[in-house]
Amino acid sequence: MSRSVALLICLVGGLTMLVSPFLPMATGWANDVTDWFNILAAMAFVLGGGSLLKVQLMRLSARGPGWGYSAVTLLAFVVTLWVGLGKVGVVADPSAPTVAWSGKPDDEGSAFWWIYLYVMTPITSTLFAVLAFYVASAAFRAFRAKNLEATLLLATAFVILLGRTFAGVVLTGWLPDWASGLRLENLAVTIMDVFNTAGNRAIIIGIALGVASTGIRLMLGLDRSYLGGDA
Amino acid sequence: MSGGLDRRWIYLAMMLAVALPILWNGVTGKTFPESPTPPSQACFDAIEALPEGSRVLVSFDYDPASEGELAPMATSFMRHLMHKRLKPVVIALWPLGPTKAEETISNVIKADFPDRVSGRDFVNLGFQTGNEGVLKVIGTDFRKQFPVDRSGTPVDRLPIMEGITKAGDFPLVITISAGYPGGKEWVQYVSSSNPGLVLLAGVTGVQASQVYSYYPGQLRGMLAAIKGAAEYEALVSAAIDGDGVTPPRYTEARRRMAPQLFGHLLLIALIVAGNAMYFAQRERKAVAS
Repeated sequence: MSRSVALLICLVGGLTMLVSPFLPMATGWANDVTDWFNILAAMAFVLGGGSLLKVQLMRLSARGPGWGYSAVTLLAFVVTLWVGLGKVGVVADPSAPTVAWSGKPDDEGSAFWWIYLYVMTPITSTLFAVLAFYVASAAFRAFRAKNLEATLLLATAFVILLGRTFAGVVLTGWLPDWASGLRLENLAVTIMDVFNTAGNRAIIIGIALGVASTGIRLMLGLDRSYLGGDA
Repeated sequence: MSGGLDRRWIYLAMMLAVALPILWNGVTGKTFPESPTPPSQACFDAIEALPEGSRVLVSFDYDPASEGELAPMATSFMRHLMHKRLKPVVIALWPLGPTKAEETISNVIKADFPDRVSGRDFVNLGFQTGNEGVLKVIGTDFRKQFPVDRSGTPVDRLPIMEGITKAGDFPLVITISAGYPGGKEWVQYVSSSNPGLVLLAGVTGVQASQVYSYYPGQLRGMLAAIKGAAEYEALVSAAIDGDGVTPPRYTEARRRMAPQLFGHLLLIALIVAGNAMYFAQRERKAVAS
């Protein structure tokens, strides 16, 4: 019974979204279905938090390798949640200066804002920046001109790497106007514009066809993997 | 060891390749000249073409991890919009987007355009969860997804939102995006269903190759990575400052081009060195056998 209800919801939701671009009267229905999706997406935040708590607590209690990281994760999670929900250190809103907690939790000066600015921003920026070191190391170890395809890829990488910097102008800026297409910065644009676009459009169209067929399979109940178990 | 070379040397070389140009930049204040590529020029032209007072939807779809590439774009877009007396309506599809937007508003509007009033000349409507679901709905009912601004004021009371019922009511939409949801989703769910709408995207280098497929059709212009940001920043500086001095906060993208140049040169040197070692080793093996 519960599976039938889920399949019915899937069918009705899918059909509504499918016909809404063609039937003006169905636009409102499609928006309502999207609202259901948004509510589910909001609930996923809660589920995600619960799942994170569960996994990290299990690791912590098992005292397995890396349990210290779990402790840090849990501490950060609980402190951030408490600071955000409790509006710790929130500056009162100018429209209601005497009302406690009238400001927003992430307003400048609040504890949540402080965590965002001095903890989260540096950590995420650092993690992203560290990629440069790994890419450099990987380029040295793995990027080999072993065959024709790899050599072409290598040559393309050189053109893009040089063309996206001032080096392209320095190296090939002297080329006359009639040969300007061979300047590295223009070659980089051509590679992106022609070869990259052609390949990507083919991939996008392939994905779109795959999404359409998967959608039809879901609506018809042929693919029930989203119901979990051996449904 | 990394193919015969301790990887710590590589890390040190990369650190120097990035740090020294930053230092050089800080001491001299010099940047490389930038000539715009067509996608960056198209972004500039699309904003220039709008009449004064037009409202522009700007979506901050990124978080601090991509700030290095995208924050300079956001700053330049906001400066250009303010200079042209256009009215940005800011939203975010990423949870940390509104904070990035507030930073940009604070650095640009509050610092250099203090006469502009929130709710009349610009507004931050905050974050809405739902990814492409949000885009699907704002295509037909904008207020359903963004009923209040970030301070809780109903959008019905905001002069800037008068007459706006759907995304297609904005003559121009800008997304500054780091991934999903971002440029691709804006094309699929907003641009495609509003043929007259002009969409611009500022994207990270990783995303650029994918989003490039939509240019110049569904996507009128795009800023690809820090290079695109530097090109657009140079265009905006030339239009606003002319031959005068550009404040340092409006040269962030161009200042990052020197570290990028030396980082790229190091990568090329490493690839060449790695291949030279590979072929020498192969040669030795062939001789030995």
